[in-house]
Amino acid sequence: MSGAISFLDANLAIDLALLAMLVVLAAAIAMTRKLLAAILLMGVYSLVSAVWLVVMDAPDVAFTEAVVGAGVSTIVLLGAILLTRAEAEKTGWGRLIAPALIAVATGALLVYAALDLPSFGDPTSPANAYVGRTYLEVASRDTGAANVVTAVLASYRGFDTLGETTVIFAAGVGVALALGFGERAAPASRLMAGATGDHNVVLRVAAKLLIPIIALFAFYVQFHGDLGPGGGFQAGVILAVAVILHALVFGLRETMTAVKPSFARGVAALGVLLYSGIGVVCIVNGGGFLDYGHLFTAEIEAQIPPGLLGDPGATHHWGQHFGIFFIELGVLFTVAATMVTIFYGFAGRSPGGEAKL
Amino acid sequence: MTDALPLVGGGLAIAGVLLVLLGAIGVLRFPDVYTRIHAASITDTGGASLMILGLCLIAGLSPITLKLVIAWAFIMVTCPAAAHALANAAFSSGHSPWIGSFRIMRESDEQAAVQTGPQTGPQTGPKKPGPKKPGLQKQ
Amino acid sequence: MLLLAAAAGLMIAMAMMIVRAILGPSHYDRILAANSFGAKTVLLIAVIGFVFGRPAFLDIAISYALINFVTTIALMKFFRYRSLEAPLTPPEPRGIGEAGGD
Repeated sequence: MSGAISFLDANLAIDLALLAMLVVLAAAIAMTRKLLAAILLMGVYSLVSAVWLVVMDAPDVAFTEAVVGAGVSTIVLLGAILLTRAEAEKTGWGRLIAPALIAVATGALLVYAALDLPSFGDPTSPANAYVGRTYLEVASRDTGAANVVTAVLASYRGFDTLGETTVIFAAGVGVALALGFGERAAPASRLMAGATGDHNVVLRVAAKLLIPIIALFAFYVQFHGDLGPGGGFQAGVILAVAVILHALVFGLRETMTAVKPSFARGVAALGVLLYSGIGVVCIVNGGGFLDYGHLFTAEIEAQIPPGLLGDPGATHHWGQHFGIFFIELGVLFTVAATMVTIFYGFAGRSPGGEAKL
Repeated sequence: MTDALPLVGGGLAIAGVLLVLLGAIGVLRFPDVYTRIHAASITDTGGASLMILGLCLIAGLSPITLKLVIAWAFIMVTCPAAAHALANAAFSSGHSPWIGSFRIMRESDEQAAVQTGPQTGPQTGPKKPGPKKPGLQKQ
Repeated sequence: MLLLAAAAGLMIAMAMMIVRAILGPSHYDRILAANSFGAKTVLLIAVIGFVFGRPAFLDIAISYALINFVTTIALMKFFRYRSLEAPLTPPEPRGIGEAGGD
């Protein structure tokens, strides 16, 4: 049994080391006054959280945390401090006493409440014994998706995911209304002051190589979400990162001729429309909203070739397969287009110019 | 032979981690941005190559090895390019190195240019730090 | 196990990068530390995937290897040029028949 004991100790050691890193990073973020350093450390914090989620065997959440927290969120925050200042004001220690007391009291209450929670991974806890176990047993049979997380997100709790997608779309609309659509970006011929010659040829070649690969990888993550970690959210963010890389290297003007802001807004709306449209089609065909069993009428379903997924003998829930496929596509459209719109809004408003830090 | 492959793979992974640790020690102890970029990028890329090779040996012939090779290719493209971009940015913003400074470099280059006279054709010899850019002020 | 030792070594290296990110006197040190931390995280996720026997973690590692690069470029561009929207390379010369200009 020494092998099992050492494995458990190693797990505990890894958990403690990651938590210690989180504490140190949080302290550093709170105490630094240079906002660029704070944003950087927040990206690193998100990354440590993603590693911790990987250690806790939650790859979908870790995926989303890594790509959103350490990727797009960092870039958008950089855009935010472009519009404001890069140094925080100095606050005296006296002003921090009341917030510190409140934080300590809240933390103590949370720790006291957490002592009553069941131990981590306990199979007899109520969360894991009833609904959790039922999902694990029937999810892949009912929905045809091998990834239980995708099955729960897209099928059992599809209404929640529609809400999330609409919230993301609303955030994009809000940013676009507040910051504009990026039409004030500088023309492409205006380089940085003082940058003559092509100093960044390595970057340009690397970007040209990587942008299509990143986009292709986004589609791989999208379609692989049924079988492994992935799905619409992660794929949408990765696709947006490909567009952002193009904008960073070649200039926002060039990117906006390739991915027009109006196109991005239209695609975002199309994503939500697709998602709720699937729900409405299910209603029209006699079921409830997002009831994938009624996605296809009987004669359409009879025309789907049984060997479409490679196994003619097994019974397939075609409604579930196609329903999940289309709503994940809707989520991809909305998330990618919203991230691009938010980036256009922030980056397109900056004055640009020499470094003044 | 095939029984020893996971062991060899683990050994290669440990070798890669040792390289990465050496690089991390270098980043902590080196005195200057440029030397730190040098330490970090070389050891990150080399250590990653050794580790991924070790993991490939552990995984054997499978789609996992293909994914590992893809990850290796991405690391090989992005890590050196990022290090180059960072060093380029630091240089072009006038961040002075620990040994010497831009002023000294430019004076010695001007002296070298005066001694050798105007040259036609492709330049050989020590590369100047680029044409005189208006943004590169004396620090 | 050898891979657990490798994971532990990687975490020590990551901790050292955090120290450099907090200390580094100039912002370039911090950007370098963040980039290096990201590269080590990619390796750590791959190794942990092998330790737990879940090769699906490699997808996370690959995508973060790509995103780390973009974040480093964004941070560098922000700090050096104080702008996220101006181009880093001169525009390519356009052909005769292509619509160009700004």
